[in-house]
Amino acid sequence: MKRQIPLIITFIVGIVMVVQYFIPRQPFAGLFDTFNRWFLIIAVFALLLGLMNLVRLHANKLRRRNKGWGYSVVLLGGLVATIFTGAKWGIGTGTPFNYIFVNIQQPMGATMFALLAFFIASASFRAFRARNIDATLLLVAAIIVMLGRVPIGNILWNKLPLIADWIMTYPNTAGQRAIMIGIALGTVSYSLRVILGIERTYLGGE
Amino acid sequence: MLDRLLNIDRRIIFAVLATIVIVAILFPMGLAIQISEPAKKLYREIESIPPGSYIFLSFDYDPASMAELDPMALAVIRHCFRKDLKIASLGLWPQGVLLGQANLEKAAQEYGKEYGVDFVNLGYKTGGIVVISGISTDLRSIFPQDYAERNIDELPLLNGIDNLEPFKLVVTFSAGDPGVRHWVMIAQARYGKKVGCGSTAVQAPAFYPYLQAGQLVGLVGGMKGAAEYEQLVKLPGLATAGMDAQSLAHAVIVFSIIFGNVIFLLKKRSSSG
Repeated sequence: MKRQIPLIITFIVGIVMVVQYFIPRQPFAGLFDTFNRWFLIIAVFALLLGLMNLVRLHANKLRRRNKGWGYSVVLLGGLVATIFTGAKWGIGTGTPFNYIFVNIQQPMGATMFALLAFFIASASFRAFRARNIDATLLLVAAIIVMLGRVPIGNILWNKLPLIADWIMTYPNTAGQRAIMIGIALGTVSYSLRVILGIERTYLGGE
Repeated sequence: MLDRLLNIDRRIIFAVLATIVIVAILFPMGLAIQISEPAKKLYREIESIPPGSYIFLSFDYDPASMAELDPMALAVIRHCFRKDLKIASLGLWPQGVLLGQANLEKAAQEYGKEYGVDFVNLGYKTGGIVVISGISTDLRSIFPQDYAERNIDELPLLNGIDNLEPFKLVVTFSAGDPGVRHWVMIAQARYGKKVGCGSTAVQAPAFYPYLQAGQLVGLVGGMKGAAEYEQLVKLPGLATAGMDAQSLAHAVIVFSIIFGNVIFLLKKRSSSG
């Protein structure tokens, strides 16, 4: 029963969601709305579960004084501070939560991402090699697009932006479309396996 | 010698890149920005919407990608306010709500727009694609309150609005999933809404098939796209200012690739000979 009930729920919900797409009338339209609302409620509990797991993980790290426990103090302190300020004063402009967001989280998040540029520069020097024809094609396309997409490309050669646009519009679109169709077919086949109970790994234990 | 060059200390590369970016920001060259067709398409679409109409914006990003997406969001909001369009917004990413609100308030001050009358921010709900699906049919049950917990019945802009139907266009500013893909899948493909997008440069190539198929009415890609949109609305901002730095940073990376490959080939030749 422990495994059969989830399989039955998955089958019913899966079939209803497929059918309602093609027959958006009652009772399927109503069931679709109901399932959507249930999903939103379940998603909030999933968020809560993630939060509890995070707190437990870092509390344990702190209790055992594991390496880097100082970061756990910062994380738990930040978590308590943002939850408390958000719950007490709201998140609107001028609130303590907003102050924390604008003055701490924004600069930290932006800095972390900005560091990527330095690692890309270093990696491009060390790893991006024309070892074979495929790699050379990729490398030439990357150089053209990188230069063609910024103003300096136009200064170097005024045809560069046009070639970059051509690469983006035709070879890139063709490749992306092939990937999308592949993903879509894979998703359909995987979904069918889940709905029909053939794929059960999401239940765990198998 | 070649080995030493191949194993150059990466801090040297970091220092070169940092120096070039700082110099470009401190001493702007004002390189001319060519405007791409996808950005023009979004501009023309918004330009074609009659004043007083409704437009829906979705801020689906976080501080990590704000350098690219904030300037384009601000440029689009300014364009909307200048055209007297009424904006309703939300965030499919939790942090997008406040980033979007900051841009809305900044532009609202410039154009004398009022919260609740000219623009609203519905906030964040977890669920991504399900949230889009929900607001497409019943906005009020998904968002009974705005981002600051005000009852949406008290917001005049949303009077008589129950779903996405009255909105002429949806524009998502997206740094990943949930984002562009989901707006296209549900709002466009299922409910027939026009969808445009601003995305990070890394993601933009993935959306060209949607653009070519007409499922996206326009695409503003990366900081370059943001700078293009600033040029289109004739309000140069942070993206335009950053284009010199980005140009030179790209040049440094391209030089690194070429230089690395030249050394690699020389070494290969010397070891085979």
